[in-house]
Amino acid sequence: MSAATDIAPAQPRRPFLSPINQRRWANFRANRRGWWSLWLFLAFFTLTLGSEFIANDRPIVVSYEGELLFPAFVDYPEARFGGFLGTPDYRGDFMEEQIAANGWAIWPPIHFSYGTVDGYQPGSGATPPSWLLSRDEVCSRYPLGVDDPDCSWSNFHWLGTDGEAHDVLARLLYGVRISILFGFTLTILSSVVGLFAGAVQGYFGGWLDLIAQRLIEIWTAIPALYLLLIISSVIAPSFWVLLGILLLFSWVSLVGIVRAEFLRGRNFEYIAAARALGVSNMTIMWRHLLPNAMVATLTFMPFILSGSVVTLTSLDLLGLGLEPGTPSLGDLLFQGKENLQAPWLGLTGFFAIAILMTLLVFIGEAVRDAFDPRKAFA
Amino acid sequence: MTTPAPLLSVRDLTIAFGANLATRDVSFDIAPGETLALVGESGSGKSVTALSVLKLLPPTAQLSGQILFKGQDLVTAPPAELRAVRGNDISMIFQEPMSSLNPVHTIERQIGEVLAIHRGLRASAARARTLELLDAVGIADPKSRLAAFPHQLSGGQRQRVMIAMALANEPDLLIADEPTTALDVTVQAQILVLLKDLQQRLGMAMLFITHDLGIVKTIADRVCVMTEGQIVETGPVVPLFAAPQHAYTRHLLAAEPRGTPPVSDPAAPTIVEVTDLKVWFPIKRGLLRRTTGHIRAVDGIDLSIRRGETLGVVGESGSGKSTLGYALLRLIPSTGRIVVLGNELQSRSWKAMRPLRADLQIVFQDPFGSLSPRMSVDQIIGEGLAVHQPRLNAAERDARVVTALEEVGLPPAARFRYPHEFSGGQRQRIAIARALVLEPEFVVLDEPTSALDVSIQAQVVDLLRDLQQRHGLTYMFISHDLKVVRALANRLIVMRDGKIVEQGDAAAIFAAPQQDYTRTLMAAAFNLAAPPIRDQAPPVAPS
Repeated sequence: MSAATDIAPAQPRRPFLSPINQRRWANFRANRRGWWSLWLFLAFFTLTLGSEFIANDRPIVVSYEGELLFPAFVDYPEARFGGFLGTPDYRGDFMEEQIAANGWAIWPPIHFSYGTVDGYQPGSGATPPSWLLSRDEVCSRYPLGVDDPDCSWSNFHWLGTDGEAHDVLARLLYGVRISILFGFTLTILSSVVGLFAGAVQGYFGGWLDLIAQRLIEIWTAIPALYLLLIISSVIAPSFWVLLGILLLFSWVSLVGIVRAEFLRGRNFEYIAAARALGVSNMTIMWRHLLPNAMVATLTFMPFILSGSVVTLTSLDLLGLGLEPGTPSLGDLLFQGKENLQAPWLGLTGFFAIAILMTLLVFIGEAVRDAFDPRKAFA
Repeated sequence: MTTPAPLLSVRDLTIAFGANLATRDVSFDIAPGETLALVGESGSGKSVTALSVLKLLPPTAQLSGQILFKGQDLVTAPPAELRAVRGNDISMIFQEPMSSLNPVHTIERQIGEVLAIHRGLRASAARARTLELLDAVGIADPKSRLAAFPHQLSGGQRQRVMIAMALANEPDLLIADEPTTALDVTVQAQILVLLKDLQQRLGMAMLFITHDLGIVKTIADRVCVMTEGQIVETGPVVPLFAAPQHAYTRHLLAAEPRGTPPVSDPAAPTIVEVTDLKVWFPIKRGLLRRTTGHIRAVDGIDLSIRRGETLGVVGESGSGKSTLGYALLRLIPSTGRIVVLGNELQSRSWKAMRPLRADLQIVFQDPFGSLSPRMSVDQIIGEGLAVHQPRLNAAERDARVVTALEEVGLPPAARFRYPHEFSGGQRQRIAIARALVLEPEFVVLDEPTSALDVSIQAQVVDLLRDLQQRHGLTYMFISHDLKVVRALANRLIVMRDGKIVEQGDAAAIFAAPQQDYTRTLMAAAFNLAAPPIRDQAPPVAPS
């Protein structure tokens, strides 16, 4: 008998998403444009995350003398393959023959990485996309011409090459990836800092708020670009250095709204109720007020993300961004500017940025509408 | 005497919002010069009915049926004809005097607008008529008020201006949608007297929408009782109230808070003692924000509460009664001495207050604002437990939450749901459970019934009384509603402008108030029929 009563009846548990969030999610899904944009964006992003598997100058898997090797991830010395150089050139004739003789290799569909210089590109400087040329032209530099087995579609330049004989498609994939990753990191870090600063100001108010507000006003008055110019002439601008410098200025963008949300929220009755229960300030801020501020934050996030991507692109275009050679959208635009006779460079850069921005803005609009209280509670 | 043709005749009015029916087959007539009251609790469809007469409903509403005004069907009338009727033949007063006047226009301009549209009165003619109207609605020194903006007027004055606007064109029918609900009791009484007086002078009919049965008794000739979108009973006021036919009417009439507070032990120890409590908010002016004066929200209050008793704190809005409650729990800074359960509170830091908070709890007025919409009920109730009894494991905490829910009459399964899934009364029960789960000694109840419907009010009052007896709780019950206070309080404090006007044994004060202000409050609350006249014998309410 007691065993039977011990077994709790199947109880309705709390749903994973609170009802408000369920309604928001439904609202977001109802916005077809934003919903599809999200999927497209995620598809592109996932694709670029696997850039090494799509465009690389090394095979993904090699079977060499019965042994499985993964050159895309591990640097093997050429001695491993019977050569004497430090780093093997897998695209070279020697490696090709060695692997063909002793095993097999699985290559990514594009045989160029972002830094690979194509010695067989048809012509000098920036060359047009392969599909704009006849097969004779494309294969003109290969030793055996049209009959050369290497003159296959995986060695074609689908979006042409830039002034340094790099494959544009490969650079695009890696460039988009670094832009989005940089954008995400910057967005998340500046949101965290901004949320914290705004929360403290809004919740405690008074002198703390007053002084912090004035400091932020002074801080935002500093021309960020000039400071970047100065700093980047002193420190080599790596990914993290650039992130740090941009973060110095980008965190203020959220402070205003978060502060306003906390200022408004701290007078709610359920905050007074929590205070009467003896809940600590930090817990009140975290548990009761942050969800309110998150609405404004999440609404802004896609726009901050697109802003971060644009900032990085413009710095790269000006040559103040990531170190030279790093594939980026800004570098692509710079190449386009330098090679006006090669419109595929500028057009690729333009369309990549335009599509990325459009998707992010559509997603942002859908998120904003989904969080709109008039819709969420309708 | 032949019955005159009805001025307004509503026939089978059904209003739907999508699949939801707001009203179903509502029919009623209003004769010229008559006052018809539409009574019902929130959600009964009474306001929607009133708005539909002038077709002021949102565009999503679908109307069917007939609304005949002087023989013309307003449901099918084209917009131009409707505009000629609105504000001219039929006008309306709304509930919120704060939001129904435009804050950026002067009084003169707002009243003048109505006159200009329907009568073509301009400049001096309009001004003369405006003065006449303001005088008629009892605004003192109307000339100086012409240039005033709404925020410069009190709530009662604003409602008078609204009435002046509604009466500007001497309408045949005045629709009053809860015109006194947002006002203090004494002001309420004045506005009702004014409305009744104006109605008799101008001979207009009135459709009066309210949830307050006391007002109905005073003002209406006939009454329609509405619930769930239907009129369940119609008839002249006196016989209907004397012998209600429908079960809902009986339920509504029986719903007024009743009963007497549990007898308290006069020898019980004093657990709350407050001496010279002051909450002053500085008024800062000028560039340097110098303090030029203070708003004295609470101004030197002394009180003491014995274990197991209920101290009622009564006053109109702005009297400082809620501020007193907040200050007592140190939710807002104050000066003066507060001793609770032998602990001096003022000298304690925020952190040092925490161990005491389990014994000092508060229930707020608005059950919609006091529960976080993002937390489920078990998180809301369990939050205090997590602070004060962190050693409890999940199962023990859950058991405490279930017990608390059962104490306030909610099923245990309710703990997995979110506040918006509950009605106002149920939410207030959740808020009470949140306070009770910590097993407090002393609970401040800050108008816990004001936001609730009458029948729910009575249930919550019964629940509070029951809990007090079961757990030996001590209450400080803050309210403007004397009927509720009478059902709960052992002792009473009457507050005005931050000061105590009168205090003493509750029964004694209710029987024979000593101060004029208390008498006015009582007259307004218990005997709306009589205007608040001082020398009238204080009413002894039947119970």
